[in-house]
Amino acid sequence: MVPRIAHVRRRRHDAPDAWTLELDMADGAHVDYAPGQFNMLTAFGVGEAAISMSGDPATGPLIHTIRAVGPVSRALTELKPGEPIGVRGPFGVGWPMAAAEGKDVVLVAGGLGMAPLRPALYRLLGERSRYGKVTLLFGSRRPEDIVFRHEVENWRGRFDIDVDVTVDHAGADWRGHVGIVTTLIARLDLDPAKTIAMVCGPEVMMRFVSMALCDRGIAEESVWLSMERNMKCAIGHCGHCQLGPTFICRDGPVFTYRRLKPLLGVKEL
Amino acid sequence: MENLERILSEHPFFSGLDKGFLELACGCARNARFESGAYIAHEGEAADQFYLLREGRVALQITAPGRGAATFLTLGPGDVFGVNWLVPPYRWTYDARTLDVTRAIAMDGKCLRNKCEADHHMGYDIMKRLMPIVIDRLHTTRLQFLDLYNADV
Repeated sequence: MVPRIAHVRRRRHDAPDAWTLELDMADGAHVDYAPGQFNMLTAFGVGEAAISMSGDPATGPLIHTIRAVGPVSRALTELKPGEPIGVRGPFGVGWPMAAAEGKDVVLVAGGLGMAPLRPALYRLLGERSRYGKVTLLFGSRRPEDIVFRHEVENWRGRFDIDVDVTVDHAGADWRGHVGIVTTLIARLDLDPAKTIAMVCGPEVMMRFVSMALCDRGIAEESVWLSMERNMKCAIGHCGHCQLGPTFICRDGPVFTYRRLKPLLGVKEL
Repeated sequence: MENLERILSEHPFFSGLDKGFLELACGCARNARFESGAYIAHEGEAADQFYLLREGRVALQITAPGRGAATFLTLGPGDVFGVNWLVPPYRWTYDARTLDVTRAIAMDGKCLRNKCEADHHMGYDIMKRLMPIVIDRLHTTRLQFLDLYNADV
């Protein structure tokens, strides 16, 4: 597949090492996608990387939030407004928004894992009456690392969503929660039989969050995780993102914990 | 005392405890209230008490030279802190500072130790309630130590 050309409309610094790019497709087309899907973004002359959409699927431009961790992602985050970028996608299976209708939804985000969950949250809030109680639990490294901080503060002020933020490390001036995000799950007031959970963050964090959610009585098939692997082709051909019998790019990146549990338990897989 | 016994029985830590044990434990309990920003415990001081939180939040902190106080865990209603009363030399290993006006049940550690020593059935029951908390704190501290969200890890 040949990348389509887009241009950077706006670039915003969202965390010490994360930037959000708003893109305009060169042909003016609107890109339809489902919450949880991803695009392959090309930094011309450098390479291509799989990046989840982080904007509102219902409105506005294509939005990606990128953490500068390697040459490609660093080049992407350094693109300035007006500069071209390659876009292939959307790819993958997104969050189970239809299955979540009529149910309570718990979103658990760790660090930049908030980015792939943000489109789901926009959908939940945009179609609020379709869902039951909505809760966001958000764990971050330090207070200054909280991505989309102003937006998270706005969500905290709303009456139709419960938001709890915790950080792993904090100085004495931080008045919020300190502790890993699983400590918030223990305090959740939930009805496990009618709850769906959507989880995104580092794999270790998702493993323990899934266990904590299941310990609270949520069924393994009601806990959904978004996986991140080394995606190259995004169409299940190259095998770089293979996890046991599944290809993260084609079969995921969103899977149930029931499906992933045996694979997550295999060391070095 | 009846009111205190009811409060104690409703706290998750003592919920379901044998009524006789609860009455014994109640003899070691008192209501406590702290203003926001107050220190409940200081590192190095004698750990004579432990606390069952009812309202408000408490930050557990360690101060490192040149780096000031760092909060490593915050606790809220239903949580317990201060297991140092159980293990010699019965000394606090961190500071505990309130983030809000806080209400708690303060348990006299020496009093409860003596009662657990005198009645091992009671001691074992209380130990079974404390150990999961200790293990859970150890586990979550390990995950914090992994620094999962750090891109350099």
